[in-house]
Amino acid sequence: MKLYDYVLSPSCYKVRLMAALTGVALDIRPVDFHPGAEHRGPELLALNPAGSIPILEDGDLVLTESSAMLVYLAAKAAPQWLGNDAAGPAASVQQWLSFSHRLTASLGAARLHEMLLRPGNIDVLRAQATAALRELEAGLVEQRIRGQCFLASDRPTVADIACFPYVALAPDGGVSLDPYPAIRLWSRAIRAIDGFIEMPGIHRLHELKPEPVLEGGEA
Amino acid sequence: MTRNAMIDEWYPVGLASQLDAHGRKTALMGEPIEVRLGEDGNAEVTGGNGRVLPACIRYGHVWASLGDPQKPLFAIPEADQPGRRLVDVGVVRVRCSPLRAVENFLDIAHFPFVHTDILGAEPHTEVQNYKVEIREDEDEVWATQVQFYQPQAAKSAEGGITTQYMYRVPAPTCSILYKTCPPRPGEWDVITLFVQPLAEDLCDVWPWMALFDDETPMTDLIHFQQTIFVQDRSILENQIPGLLPLDPGMEIPTRADLTSVAYRRWLKRHGYTYGAQLVAQ
Repeated sequence: MKLYDYVLSPSCYKVRLMAALTGVALDIRPVDFHPGAEHRGPELLALNPAGSIPILEDGDLVLTESSAMLVYLAAKAAPQWLGNDAAGPAASVQQWLSFSHRLTASLGAARLHEMLLRPGNIDVLRAQATAALRELEAGLVEQRIRGQCFLASDRPTVADIACFPYVALAPDGGVSLDPYPAIRLWSRAIRAIDGFIEMPGIHRLHELKPEPVLEGGEA
Repeated sequence: MTRNAMIDEWYPVGLASQLDAHGRKTALMGEPIEVRLGEDGNAEVTGGNGRVLPACIRYGHVWASLGDPQKPLFAIPEADQPGRRLVDVGVVRVRCSPLRAVENFLDIAHFPFVHTDILGAEPHTEVQNYKVEIREDEDEVWATQVQFYQPQAAKSAEGGITTQYMYRVPAPTCSILYKTCPPRPGEWDVITLFVQPLAEDLCDVWPWMALFDDETPMTDLIHFQQTIFVQDRSILENQIPGLLPLDPGMEIPTRADLTSVAYRRWLKRHGYTYGAQLVAQ
């Protein structure tokens, strides 16, 4: 399975993270998104006319939407990540997968503006991001009252992976996570999952690593 | 108020490869500037009042000064060595003091904690003694005989090695790192951090590299360096105080901070204080 990837893209990271958590090996094809704008070049536009990355290729299958890629990886390798298929929980997974686009359009655009100088109205983007974060916070609080740590279930699903990266990187766009305790607990729960991998700006939980063992002679 | 000595220094203001006649609006030390390709093929940079600023193209970037530079842009002789790959890493904006960005680049002790499993790893956290000097003839800060254990020192490195480093600060917002070159022992890879001060607490950072590495695809080289720098970015944006403290009463340095101590001393000596805090608050 080949992933057209940019190391600083949260959407690409969703796919790398999902693959790591489900044990799928990816063949990574790095794309010079910045400064080279390779995703707007002829080779990648032929593959994805929308001019976005990630793009996932598996045989004849070409996927250009990250949520579809998460579902594909989960269905193929670890169906438990799709969540419960009863009507309510299944719809909840779909609800958050769709909701994740609002995070991309607000938090993601604010981050690109603040970090890589992409155009945008930063005040409007931050206001939209704040509205989306409040909705996510409320959803997570309700889940906690039900005794569930994750968005659509008592275990993590594709919905959590779809929403996590842009939220965790909110400070990159100048949006603080300080007002959202449920989001911070949820972020911690996701980073504590076995097989979790990091990306620049999303740090691993150092304190959960085993105590370092000093070698002889070092003190 | 005295004229800030940093006005007469050179600063990066854009990638030479992205220069066009249309031009790009940016800023230098609070002043709006415009950078475009002139009709003669050279870079043309104008200041806020339309005056033409000193400008040149070097090391993949356009350079400009708001004042009257006393010397040409610093030399990097290795940059002209044949066989090196020149890597434009691209801009990353950081909400921090431009001097903080340089100081972080000079620090080794954070490698195992911020660049975990790439530039450092526990338990190899010790910074061994190294030499620091302010070279009077060149008027530059140098740190030499720096070494550190690194799990993946460069894209071209296979597995962990003890990496040798030299650091050099030739201008208040620019630093050059010379580093063990895995495919060519005896030569140094050149990794630079060129910082454009937009405001005292905001900068555009333009990393650039001149490497001996014929194997690694260009995009991988760019991504390796962007990974490292963006790992630093969130740390830089959360440093307190935001401005770089030049008052020795403010902090207690350790031996590992010798380069930072020399850098701060050199900044203070020259009055390079844009982005600095002079009196502890």
